Amino acid sequence: MSDHDRIPLRQARPMAEKGAAGSRLSRRSVLQMAGGAASLAAASVATTQTASSDGPPATSTTRVRLVVNGSARELELDLRQSLLDVLRERLDLTGTKKGCNQGACGACTVLVNGRRVTSCLTLAVMHDGAEITTIEGLARGDELHPLQAAFIEHDGFQCGFCTPGQIMSGVACIAEGHATSPEQIQFWMSGNICRCAAYPGIVAAVADAAGRT
Amino acid sequence: MLPFSFEKVRTEQDAIRAAAAGARYIAGGTTLIDLMRDEVERPERLVDINALPMADIRADGSDLVIGALARMSDVAAHPETKRLQPLIAESLIEGASPQLRNMASMGGNLLQRVRCPYFRMLDAACNKRDPGSGCSAIEGLNAGHAILGTSDHCVATHPSDVAVALVALGATMRVRGPQGERTFPVEELFRLPGDTPHLEHTLRPGELIVEIRVPGGPYARQARYLKVRDRASYEFALVSAAVALETEGDTIRQARVAVGGVGTRPWRMRAVEEALRGKATDRNAFEAAAHLALEGTRPLSHNHYKVELLPRTIVRALEMAGGTA
Ligand SMILES: Cc1cc2nc3c(=O)[nH]c(=O)nc-3n(C[C@H](O)[C@H](O)[C@H](O)COP(=O)(O)OP(=O)(O)OC[C@H]3O[C@@H](n4cnc5c(N)ncnc54)[C@H](O)[C@@H]3O)c2cc1C
Ligand code: SF4
Ligand code: FES
Ligand code: FES
Repeated sequence: MSDHDRIPLRQARPMAEKGAAGSRLSRRSVLQMAGGAASLAAASVATTQTASSDGPPATSTTRVRLVVNGSARELELDLRQSLLDVLRERLDLTGTKKGCNQGACGACTVLVNGRRVTSCLTLAVMHDGAEITTIEGLARGDELHPLQAAFIEHDGFQCGFCTPGQIMSGVACIAEGHATSPEQIQFWMSGNICRCAAYPGIVAAVADAAGRT
Repeated sequence: MLPFSFEKVRTEQDAIRAAAAGARYIAGGTTLIDLMRDEVERPERLVDINALPMADIRADGSDLVIGALARMSDVAAHPETKRLQPLIAESLIEGASPQLRNMASMGGNLLQRVRCPYFRMLDAACNKRDPGSGCSAIEGLNAGHAILGTSDHCVATHPSDVAVALVALGATMRVRGPQGERTFPVEELFRLPGDTPHLEHTLRPGELIVEIRVPGGPYARQARYLKVRDRASYEFALVSAAVALETEGDTIRQARVAVGGVGTRPWRMRAVEEALRGKATDRNAFEAAAHLALEGTRPLSHNHYKVELLPRTIVRALEMAGGTA
């Protein structure tokens, strides 16, 4: 049972999107609208129930702004919602998977401000103003990201459940400069478990894409 | 997850004020959120400290100074860490996964909680989670548990890797709280379980870890961390050893040795260090010294193998540091 099932979500209002729905915004216009990522991050989080009041609130919500795959999103969230649950349940970005929900499998890997993290172990409210990249944000139109193409070419998956996490982790692994040899790739991809053991294909795909970028 | 209130603070004073009034600090959240979801941790108030300027990593002479909010990945990759204290970098890289290291802070790492399976099993007796309820591990599945520093009330190991390196190197930590600032050895952060296993550390209410200082030493560059575990990476230690050597020719001038995976806290091995002083850097000397690590060990029903593995891990780490492995 997911957290989402257990939390009676009190949606004060449905998800509100700034800007034209569905249209992709440039990073610049997003920042202009949002007042700049830095100032966003520095803005204090106003919760409907503040910490200075006594005792725990029954359910408290807060307004959080995220830039997801280039689009600014403003959401009213339950404080308890993980970044993963917000992506999947609120933004309908179900490419990011929930495997263990304990930080152990890597299926929920996304990039937050360019760094790979396990989105199940972090609260969405802690990322007000952050730029999030999910598997849905990699391709450009019909053109796959080179690592997505490499996964297909090298049979980097079987059932595909771990694949979005593997690819997001692989993108970061390459960007970090850790994809320099098969051994390095194995070590630096070890936060992503594959139940189907497609590891040889995964390592080959990351190595191939690293060589091309 | 039970409801809580949440506050993001801008200043240390605000953080300490909130914590003194009962709020819990949250940094990376990789320990806290995990355990809150299982309702093992039930804080009513969280105070997000990530906006505080405590993520610096710098050299101060030959000391390495690490802010409590510095992320494990950033500390491991920092040029000053690699230059001054490669042992810290190696012990960090051997812990958790790249994703988790991007999130996890150094302060949170020291205060991470045990990985004993009964600790998170709400229907199992566990003195650490529920004082006085008993310890399910002593008669239960205890292959991963401690052989040093245990009590009849708790036998869980401290799971941190970098804490083992910090203890070996004699690192200190600076904390600030409602009563002001104090500095003490990282080793003194950790309590033995005794008959109060729910009390794990020596921080006073509201105290905030500000920074960690790793003093330089002539042994710092000849230092290795060896982690023995059930798979090649991304797994907690069965046994680990952090060793540092100062040598002159083939003779050991001084050694630093601490071990993980076997103690209820990171365990400095002073008797082993003493025994190595003045000895040759060869296997016989290493084995004789490493044998002293077994003093006081109390294996449980399923972890006798650690008695065998502990000295071997130390010997191997010494060989790696000495360049003979
Ligand atoms: C799947 C998995 C595998 C892991 N493997 C390893 C491993 O192999 N080796 C290893 O060493 N670790 C491992 N870890 C543990 C991980 O390193 C810790 O969870 C992490 O370091 C905790 O840091 P954090 O910033 O996320 O802490 P948080 O979860 O934010 O906080 C943890 C605790 O520290 C307190 N706290 C945080 N910062 C401060 C501060 N500045 N002052 C006072 N109190 C503070 C919090 O109140 C809380 O009680 C693993 C974790 C997971 C989930
Ligand atoms: S070893 Fe400690 S943490 Fe594990 S069940 Fe016993 S008391 Fe609880
Ligand atoms: S679902 Fe997040 S790591 Fe498994
Ligand atoms: S492809 Fe099935 S889990 Fe990896």
